[in-house]
Amino acid sequence: MRACARSTWVARAMAEALLALNDVRAGYGDAIVLDGITLDVAAGGSLAVLGRNGVGKSTLLLTIMGFTRVSRGAVVWRGRDITRVAPHWRARTGLGWVAQEREIFPSLSVEENLVVGSRPGRWDLEAVYGLFPRLNERRASRGNHLSGGEQQMLAIARALMTNPTLLLLDEPLEGLAPIIVDELAAAIRRMTADEGTAFILVEQHTEVALSLTDDAIVLERGNIVHRARSRDLLKEQATLDHLIGLRLAEQPNAP
Amino acid sequence: MTSAAVAEPQRYLETQIRWRPVEIAFWLATLLPFVLTPNYLVLASQIAITALFALSLDLILGYAGIVSLGHAAYFGFGSYTAGLIAKWGWGEPLTGLVIAAAAAGVLGYLTSFIIARFRHLALIMITLGLGLLLAEAANSASWLTGGADGLQGVRMWKLFGVFQFDLYGTTAYTYALAVLFVCFLVARRLINSPFGLALRGIRENAIRMPAIGAPTRAHIRKVYTIAAVMAGVAGALLAQTTETVSLETLSFARSADVLVILILGGAGRLYGGLVGAIIYMVARDQFSGINPQYWYFWIGTLLVAVVIFLPNGVLGGAARLVRLGRSRA
Repeated sequence: MRACARSTWVARAMAEALLALNDVRAGYGDAIVLDGITLDVAAGGSLAVLGRNGVGKSTLLLTIMGFTRVSRGAVVWRGRDITRVAPHWRARTGLGWVAQEREIFPSLSVEENLVVGSRPGRWDLEAVYGLFPRLNERRASRGNHLSGGEQQMLAIARALMTNPTLLLLDEPLEGLAPIIVDELAAAIRRMTADEGTAFILVEQHTEVALSLTDDAIVLERGNIVHRARSRDLLKEQATLDHLIGLRLAEQPNAP
Repeated sequence: MTSAAVAEPQRYLETQIRWRPVEIAFWLATLLPFVLTPNYLVLASQIAITALFALSLDLILGYAGIVSLGHAAYFGFGSYTAGLIAKWGWGEPLTGLVIAAAAAGVLGYLTSFIIARFRHLALIMITLGLGLLLAEAANSASWLTGGADGLQGVRMWKLFGVFQFDLYGTTAYTYALAVLFVCFLVARRLINSPFGLALRGIRENAIRMPAIGAPTRAHIRKVYTIAAVMAGVAGALLAQTTETVSLETLSFARSADVLVILILGGAGRLYGGLVGAIIYMVARDQFSGINPQYWYFWIGTLLVAVVIFLPNGVLGGAARLVRLGRSRA
């Protein structure tokens, strides 16, 4: 994570970063949710996006996927300006997204959910079943017959089947039992360590998020108010308390 | 590892495409009218045509989730195209069928650009509007279509130069059934392809499908065009086997009927439209025999009963029974 001078920014972003946002203003219709967002993620890197509810964390991921209206700035993906590019093209070139609402296909079986978006690469059915053995057991079940944790695994596995270079995870641990949180966190760790998949993680479980990522940003009213290395931020209890308003110790499900 | 990843989804889809015994039995049973009810072959050919029309609606409604109240537009367009070609002196059935299919496909492709932009209620209104538009255009262009009197003077040549379209409907039913079967094979292949799976994803979540790489609108345009072609083929079959075309082929009633048929049989099941067409057409034939004026009363009763007791149609109910039976055993 670097705060660069604007003149050299694009050139550097193109040379180094997998994904870069430069001074992005985005929202829905006339409503502006994000303003002046500048960030980049290196190949194989990871970024935690923290902040209170409603500060634009999900909108940031939606903007990277192309589901919002960008009125200023640029989104650069693998050296190409994709600000005006359709979402399906972004997905095909290696952007994967796990929505907060999971949005699995309820009447499709687990296997169909996985196959529907699959593209060639190291993640195939065998590999995702290896990562989530529970899905293998339930491969013939319909999406809406799964538990919350299983649905979340399916949502992540489905995104992996598209073989993304960068995975966007929107609160994947939300509302899950502590034991499932641990299981999923381990899976995310394995996924990045073994396969080198870069990811951006939006998460309320601050401590887990920081322990999984290299870098972190904190959003406040649509803007980045703090940038740090994740392992440094983890030690700054006072900063976290001030910025996110939650003490780590008070967090539910924090391991 | 890469090659394994490519093969796997295809292998999954291949297991879906194997023919089940019940399917083979169904298609063998479609030959029974030749033996058991030779006096009803005209009705049988009408059923086959309606089944094809319902199958084409199933592609867009059952699989892609496009609700249409104006699907008769493509049926009628195909019907008039085939009728006019024959009227103008080219009565060869197969080429007429192909030209009508192409014409309906072009109309479907052009309108698909509007269809792909909308969902749900807006879509119902737009398809309804397009259907009414075309029906009224055909009504006012009576110099071309014959208006309310229908298109007269359609004369079909012998099929393959050998088989005359007879009064008993033997040729008509054979012809309609064969075309239905070919179209069914195409639809079945399509549904069990990655494209078909993507369509079902679009039905469930059209807005987010692009996030896993599927161009929702392009897929909708494609399947809508294919469905229009099939509806056009069904319409052409009707024109060719009855040697007349009426405004009814474009009417709202026909659009509504085919929707009822599909829901009755079970949408999104490929066979739903076929089974629905058999039940609906036989019921209409029987009820109108008992009480010619009020047969819609009984159709209405049947529909309400099906929706209450079999929300996924007759086939949905049958599938549930099979599952129950298996879990008991």
